[in-house]
Amino acid sequence: MHFPRPIHLCLLAAALALPACQKPAPPPGARVELEYWDKWTGFEADAMRAVVDDFNASQDRIHVNYSSISQIDHKLMLATAGGVPPDVAGVYSWMLSVYAENNALTPLDRMAAAARITRGQYIDVFWRMCMHQGHLWALPSTPSSTALIWNKKLFRQAGLDPNQPPRSIAELEAFNQKLTKWRPDGSLQSMGYIPEMPGYWDSLWGLWFGASLWNGRDALTANSPENIAACQWIESYPKRFGVRNLLMFQAGFGNLASPQNPFFTGRVAMEMEGVWVYNYIKNYAPADFEWGAAPFPTVDPARLKDVALVEMDALVIPAGSKHSAEAFEFIQYVESQKNMEKLCLGQRKFSPLLECSAEFYQKHPNPYISNFVALAKSANARYAPPLTNWTQYSHDMNNAVNRIWTGKADTLDALDDVQQREQQIFERRMARWQRLAPALTAQWNNQ
Amino acid sequence: MTRKERRDRRTGLLFISPWLIGFLVLCVYPVLSSLWCSMCDYSVLTPAVFTGAANYRDLATDPLFWQSLYNTAFFAFFSIPLNLLVSLSLAILLNFKIPARGLFRTVFFLPSLVPMVCLAVLWQWMLNGELGLINNALKPFLGVANHLFGSHLQPPNWLLDARFAKWGIIFTGLWGVGNAVVIYLAGLQEVPAYLYESADIDGAGFWRKTWHITFPIISPVIYFNVIMSLIGTLQVFAIPYVMTNGGDGPDRSLLFMATYLYQNAFDYWNMGYACAIGVVLFLIIISLTWLATKLSEKHIYYAGK
Repeated sequence: MHFPRPIHLCLLAAALALPACQKPAPPPGARVELEYWDKWTGFEADAMRAVVDDFNASQDRIHVNYSSISQIDHKLMLATAGGVPPDVAGVYSWMLSVYAENNALTPLDRMAAAARITRGQYIDVFWRMCMHQGHLWALPSTPSSTALIWNKKLFRQAGLDPNQPPRSIAELEAFNQKLTKWRPDGSLQSMGYIPEMPGYWDSLWGLWFGASLWNGRDALTANSPENIAACQWIESYPKRFGVRNLLMFQAGFGNLASPQNPFFTGRVAMEMEGVWVYNYIKNYAPADFEWGAAPFPTVDPARLKDVALVEMDALVIPAGSKHSAEAFEFIQYVESQKNMEKLCLGQRKFSPLLECSAEFYQKHPNPYISNFVALAKSANARYAPPLTNWTQYSHDMNNAVNRIWTGKADTLDALDDVQQREQQIFERRMARWQRLAPALTAQWNNQ
Repeated sequence: MTRKERRDRRTGLLFISPWLIGFLVLCVYPVLSSLWCSMCDYSVLTPAVFTGAANYRDLATDPLFWQSLYNTAFFAFFSIPLNLLVSLSLAILLNFKIPARGLFRTVFFLPSLVPMVCLAVLWQWMLNGELGLINNALKPFLGVANHLFGSHLQPPNWLLDARFAKWGIIFTGLWGVGNAVVIYLAGLQEVPAYLYESADIDGAGFWRKTWHITFPIISPVIYFNVIMSLIGTLQVFAIPYVMTNGGDGPDRSLLFMATYLYQNAFDYWNMGYACAIGVVLFLIIISLTWLATKLSEKHIYYAGK
């Protein structure tokens, strides 16, 4: 009997395997399958899935498959580089500038104009966050703003008016002093306020002191007088409370998404949090927990009123999407008032659209949702600078704050260090952009 | 070469071709590609632009790179001997003919089956400054010491204090010595019993037998474990990454070379720079492995070979 040679077997195996690797082409007239990646899980993913299901049921040409993807900032980059990006992706607003300048997104200007989606329909800050280098790269999905939240019961126990939160940093510290309790052994039992709780925004404390981290053109401003003032405020904590006391106190913080969250256990009376805090309170705080939400205090409330950090989840079409027109059709569906309200209500956030129904506010379980909306609409609503080196810059600023917090460096040294290193990196990024800009802008203008 | 030999060679190559192709595509190509990228300004999504040795020049003057190198060297310097000491001691103890020896061997091996991420989360709590079990165990001893000597020693805040963070990671690494223990045990069982019997007749005690018989016979196993530890510790990443929630520890005390490489590649869009770090790490590992081989070749016993 004549056996086939191994090479023939290999070729046969390859021939059999190849068609299995290829995605079968849809039959004529079948629905276009859109791959949609987003970072949400749990009830937030459920809220978006409900909108996706509505879209799939509303027509018979396009079908959207929603996938929850962790670390979407990394995976989207790799999928795009590999030439297999999803058709739609939900990204963080800080990702837009770096993705845009790396030609990883499809500009939406023309599609948005054709669909009559305009700046005037949105809370202005969110539209501005979607723009970069003169092009529109995304449309908002769910936005957020940050506010001071406080435990009313602890205020009452300390003899403070539970409905009068501090307005200035000086008031915040006066309240802090009244609310802070020490144990007999000299360690901290509870604090009125501690800037490292929850510790998400260490790089941006300057905003409440009137600072920015970039001059908007060619220079970073990490060591501006306002940033120095903010970090000196941070520096005052280890000086007043002691580094070891603060670190031990922090070590006792439980998981923020649990009943051990120090804000819920009464160990911290005030903190800065985003609009999502309501979900934590509902799920993990004691049933009789009383809280309030108001603008976070600033160094000078007369000059700096209603300062808030705004962030946003945004829908983008990655470069290389096979069905960009259909992808935009889905985004357009999400952006309609009715669907956006359904999504934002499901996630217990607020709508980025200017027009919002009275029913949305009536149904919204967060009693302070309008405070968060007002902060997003404020002239002092600020967002992270749209720099391509932002992750590195913020990382470096966070580290500087940590060094100040642990007494390893004083404010001036720590900020000068950041300024020097990050300015150099920024200039390199600008040089990279100058090299790429002519070809990219020409390409985007034609898309 | 006859026709049959040629055909056999071709068939042989064909049979090992899956491995060869895998090696070329998944190992050789990425290494060469990294080498090329390390000489480019490359963000992954835009075309790589050749910049010569610029990335290497930047590395030489980058304080964070030097800090990551120092942290990695510190970790390796203390972690390798400590792991060696603990795993070898455990293996020798578990090699004694004691009741329930199999049970003890299983118990000491079990922790190494815990996935690295779970291990890191577990130790995050074990090392918690206020609530951790380690500090609760330390407190009575420190209390006695303070009472006796009038000192004011306090348990450290392991993961939030830059002075102790690396030690926290080193101790966490000891949790996974089970694999090395199993390899040492296999080596110990290969030691011929007649050598011990001869030594017993000569009146040698436990330490003499260990030093003059056990260690020389298992020296290839020790060498293997040291080299594997060297490679593993220089590439340390997952445990500190999880324990710092994706960060690099207080005052960057847990910024290791692999962490800095990862940050540059995936957080900062500097794949070219990350590749340069990778190349330097590769050169360090290969040089130290070569050095370890050279220094130890006279001391390793290969059964007369």
